[in-house]
Amino acid sequence: MNHSPSARAFAYLLLAPAVLYVLFIVAYPLVDTVILSFTDAALKPETNWVGWKNYQKIFKANFDDVILRTFIWTFCSVALKMTIGVLGAVLLNAAVPGQTLFRILIMPPWIIPMAIGIFMWGWMYNGQFGMISGLLQNFGLSDGPIAFLGYGKTAFWATIVTDVWIGVPFVTLYMLATIQTIPRDLYEAAWTDGAGRFYRFRRITLPMIVPSLLTMSMLSLIFTFNSFDIIWILTRGGPSGQTTTMIIDTYKSGIGSYKYGEGSARAVMICLFLSVFCLLYYRLISRFNPTEAR
Amino acid sequence: MRKSRRTDRPMIDRYRWYELLGIYAGIFCLLFFCLAPFIEGFNVSLKPLSLLFSSPYRFWPESPSFEAYRTMWVSVPAFGRYVVNSLFVAGVVTGLVILLVVPAAYALSRFRFPGQSAVLGAFLTVNMVSGAVLLIPLFRLMRSLGLLNTYFAMIVPGAAFLIPTAIWLLRAYMLRIPRELEEAAWADGASRFYIFRRVILPLATPGIIVTAIATFLGAYAQQFVYAVTFNSKTEYMPLPVGLFAFFGRQEVSWNELMAASFVGIAPAFVVILILQRYLVAGLTAGAVKE
Repeated sequence: MNHSPSARAFAYLLLAPAVLYVLFIVAYPLVDTVILSFTDAALKPETNWVGWKNYQKIFKANFDDVILRTFIWTFCSVALKMTIGVLGAVLLNAAVPGQTLFRILIMPPWIIPMAIGIFMWGWMYNGQFGMISGLLQNFGLSDGPIAFLGYGKTAFWATIVTDVWIGVPFVTLYMLATIQTIPRDLYEAAWTDGAGRFYRFRRITLPMIVPSLLTMSMLSLIFTFNSFDIIWILTRGGPSGQTTTMIIDTYKSGIGSYKYGEGSARAVMICLFLSVFCLLYYRLISRFNPTEAR
Repeated sequence: MRKSRRTDRPMIDRYRWYELLGIYAGIFCLLFFCLAPFIEGFNVSLKPLSLLFSSPYRFWPESPSFEAYRTMWVSVPAFGRYVVNSLFVAGVVTGLVILLVVPAAYALSRFRFPGQSAVLGAFLTVNMVSGAVLLIPLFRLMRSLGLLNTYFAMIVPGAAFLIPTAIWLLRAYMLRIPRELEEAAWADGASRFYIFRRVILPLATPGIIVTAIATFLGAYAQQFVYAVTFNSKTEYMPLPVGLFAFFGRQEVSWNELMAASFVGIAPAFVVILILQRYLVAGLTAGAVKE
């Protein structure tokens, strides 16, 4: 019943609204970005074709710094998320009393409105009254208040930590779900043979989660690369541009200064990197989960 | 009960005391990291403003009071409005997404047609592009549609980026519904549309509910970029943006801001507590192979 031409027509009919909607709101703007990037579009009424000028302009400015910073920021954040996520998943998989409660308690950062979590971090980073600076001083680890968002280096790490905080629950729960799919017989067989807990982790758990670990890292890389709210709320790319990643940079020139053409050129660069990441991601899934990528 | 469970636990799951200690210490660190901002935020909301800005730093509030939870309604007069806006925007987004996604997920789970995997892959790709990258053309699009500074400026793009996940989630659920019922209805001469409405929809209801909840949470959690860019009218602002304006002021009444934040995240917490089982199931349905 589901293979005839009329079935096909019915399927297209069912699919049409969602596909058209996404084409209109996502695909069309994507094409528009590319077109705009070759124009001098701004607030003024007329728009002229300028060829590669926008691209030449942004690369003449400090765009390569921004790219490098974005990659370092993204890499550090993803590495931390994955490390904490895997450790967390192993811990939450341990059969100890309170397990269910602990699994629930790690969810809030992921589920609450992102912006509100970021406001709380804004206070935590406050030098005079915030928790981190306060505790460091109480424990004698710091002589005076540290305004984490006030200096380039600390602001850079502060925004990473907040990004990790938001990403960790998802990675942890995903890795936990993966660990739970590992057949228990493997562990029991190894245990019968006298393998210790750490040995079982290294020789069974780790190899079995490698595919998920790689796909999740790639997915996390893509989301982290797109991360906007955290930096915008905490520092708006400051101090003196030290937390300006590509997406913040695009926002500042495109929306902040109304340079639509130049901003679009920056957005196109983001899309280029994203498409490379996406290709890698699809390669990974088709390699590890052939049925899913189909 | 607990005691018997512990003795029933297989040998392989028994831990030595130092292993238990290590596990609990690790879990404590993880939970502290995840919950510290909430603990601190709650503490701050209980501190009177005069004690808030005092050093040295004290972790526990000295004379805690819920005063800020009362005064915030005066300091942020539109607070109620912001919460209602947030719920309204998330609600309409969810409705729109479900309306578009239910037929699409059915088509993708039951029919074979040329371009099927391309469509699925394309939806997955949309998931990878964040709205923030497309803000410039979206801004122009919203302007030419005349949607700037309306609820729709937040609803229309918000929904588009939640569709892919919803499709994958619901499709995974629909794939598990046995085909026999449809085939029986088909053999009895029911039309395709009738089968969709009378056979599939009732059977898929639990999956639709899970998808709706996941979408609602996503829509409630992610209303910042579009709202801050496409809307400047206070009366339409969702909670995060309303509080952001408050956050940007010269003298921030942090205790009130934190109190307001807690009231704002309360709905999400309630949802976690009631639905945590489904949340994890929903998360893993599309992601992990069975």
